[in-house]
Amino acid sequence: MASIFDILGPVMVGPSSSHTAGAARIGMIARQLFGRQPEKAAVYLHGSFAATGKGHGTDKALIAGLLGMRPDDMRIPDSFQIAQEEGMEFTISPKDIREAHPNTAQIIMEAEGVNTMTIQAYSIGGGRIRVCKVDGIDVDFSGESNTLIIRNVDEPGRITDVTGALSKARINIATMQVFREKRGGSAIMVVETDQVVPKETMDELQSKEGIIRVKFLHAN
Amino acid sequence: MSYRSMEEAQERCEKEGIEFWKAVQMEDGDERGVSEEDSWKEMEHMWHAMLDSLDSYDPELMSGSRMVGREGGLMDAYRERQDTLCGDFMAKVMGNALKMGCNNACMKRIVAAPTAGACGVVPAVLVTYYREYDVPEEKMVEALYVAAGIGQIIANRAYLAGASGGCQAEIGSGSGMAASAICHVKGGSTAQIGHACAMALKNLMGLVCDPVGGLVEVPCVKRNVGGAFNAIAAADMSLAGIESQIPVDQVIDAMKEVGDKMDVSLRETGAGGVAGSPRAAEVVARMNMKS
Ligand code: SF4
Repeated sequence: MASIFDILGPVMVGPSSSHTAGAARIGMIARQLFGRQPEKAAVYLHGSFAATGKGHGTDKALIAGLLGMRPDDMRIPDSFQIAQEEGMEFTISPKDIREAHPNTAQIIMEAEGVNTMTIQAYSIGGGRIRVCKVDGIDVDFSGESNTLIIRNVDEPGRITDVTGALSKARINIATMQVFREKRGGSAIMVVETDQVVPKETMDELQSKEGIIRVKFLHAN
Repeated sequence: MSYRSMEEAQERCEKEGIEFWKAVQMEDGDERGVSEEDSWKEMEHMWHAMLDSLDSYDPELMSGSRMVGREGGLMDAYRERQDTLCGDFMAKVMGNALKMGCNNACMKRIVAAPTAGACGVVPAVLVTYYREYDVPEEKMVEALYVAAGIGQIIANRAYLAGASGGCQAEIGSGSGMAASAICHVKGGSTAQIGHACAMALKNLMGLVCDPVGGLVEVPCVKRNVGGAFNAIAAADMSLAGIESQIPVDQVIDAMKEVGDKMDVSLRETGAGGVAGSPRAAEVVARMNMKS
C-alpha cells in the first residue's frame, strides 16, 4: 500500500517517475550490489524503456545511478559526461528480453579484480523498482528495506549459517527468499532485515565455506 | 491502514474533534512507525522542494524534443504587461503551473504530486497563494497533508497513473488534491474539503492520457494549467457553500469505472488522442531521425 510520500513525492529529476526516477534507482541499486563503481558497464533496455527511453532520459538516469547518484540528483542530465570524466566506460543498447516487464533494464558491470555481475531489474512506477535477476538467477526484491544478499553454493547448512549469524547479532529477519540456478549449483539468499547488519556479521558470513559473496543494501 | 474513503476519514475527524490534515498525519505515523515530528519534517521537505523547483525554472531551457520549455517565461512576460484576461493572481498560477511542467520535461528536480506529469498542479495553487498572501508556512505543510491524504484515498479506490486510468487519474487527481488543499488553507471544513475534491474530479472526468511520442511534454505541460485553474474554481465553489451532489467517494469510484472503460490507446501508449494526430507523427519522425 502506498504511503502518503508515495503520493506526494518522490522529489526527483524529471520527466517520468517510472522511466527516469526508477531508472536512476535501478542503476544505483546495481552499483550497490556490485559493491563499487564499475569500470565498464553494458546497459540493455527492453520494451518501453527501449522505445521511449531516450526522450525520458532513461539512459542518462541509469548511468547516473551507476555513478552513485540518487533519483533527485541534479547532475543526472550530465551523467554521460561525468562518466567520461570518472573513467567509467559504458554502452547502451536496445534488447528484446523474453517475458520481461516493459520497463526492464539489464546491466552487466565489470571492474578489475572482481567478478563480472549481471543485474536485471524493472521499474514499477512512482520511482519504485524490483530487481528480478542477479547473475541469471531469479530473485525478487526492491531494496527499500535493509537487504542482505548472499551468493552461496547450493548445499545443506548454508541457510542455517546465515540465520545463525543473524540471530547471534540479534537481527530480526523480516522476509527471507532462497533462489537457485540448479540443484548443487549456485544459489542466492535474499534476506530483508529490521536492523542494519553490522560489518562483523558480514565478515563472519563471508569467511564461511560455501558462501561466495555477501552484500548488504541499506534501506533506501 | 490508510483511509479507504473520505467518509471514514471524516467520521474520525468528527469523533476525535481533529482536522482532516491531522487525521492524515496520525495515520501516516501509525503506518510507517514514525513520530509526528519526523513525518512533519518530511512533509516540510516536500514543501521546500516545491519552492526550490519553481525558483530553479530557466526560461532559456528547452526539452530534448524541443517541444516545450519556454512557456513559463512567455507567461511571465505577458502577465507583466498587466493585460491578462484572468487577472494577476490567476496569471501567476498559470505561470507557475507551466514552469513546473517545463522543469519536469527539462530534467530538473520536481516533486511528483501525484505523478511527475502532474507535478505542476499542487504547487501552482499552493505556492502562488503562499507568495501572494501572508500565510504561515505551517498552514502550507498542513495543506500538503490534505493533498496527500486525498491522493491516498484516490489511490486506494481507483488509481493515480495515466497508464491505468487516463489523465483524469493524474491531472484529475492532482486537481482534486490541490482543490482540497487550498480549501483547507482558506479555512474550509472537512466536508468542504471533500466537496472541493469531488467537484474538481467531476470536471476532469474522462480526460485521456495522450502524450505525443510517449513523452511527458505535450499535452502534459499545459494540462497542469487546466488542473490548477479547475482546482481553484472547485475550492471557491465549495467555500461558497456549493456542494457536490455526488459524495466524493462515489465520484472516485465513477472515475475508476470510466478509466477501466478507457481504450488502451488513450492510456499513456502515445497512440490515441493528440498523440495520434498527424502533427504528432511528424514530431516522432523528426525525433527518430535525430537519434
Ligand atoms: S497526458 Fe498522460 S503523461 Fe501527460 S500528464 Fe496526463 S496522464 Fe501524465
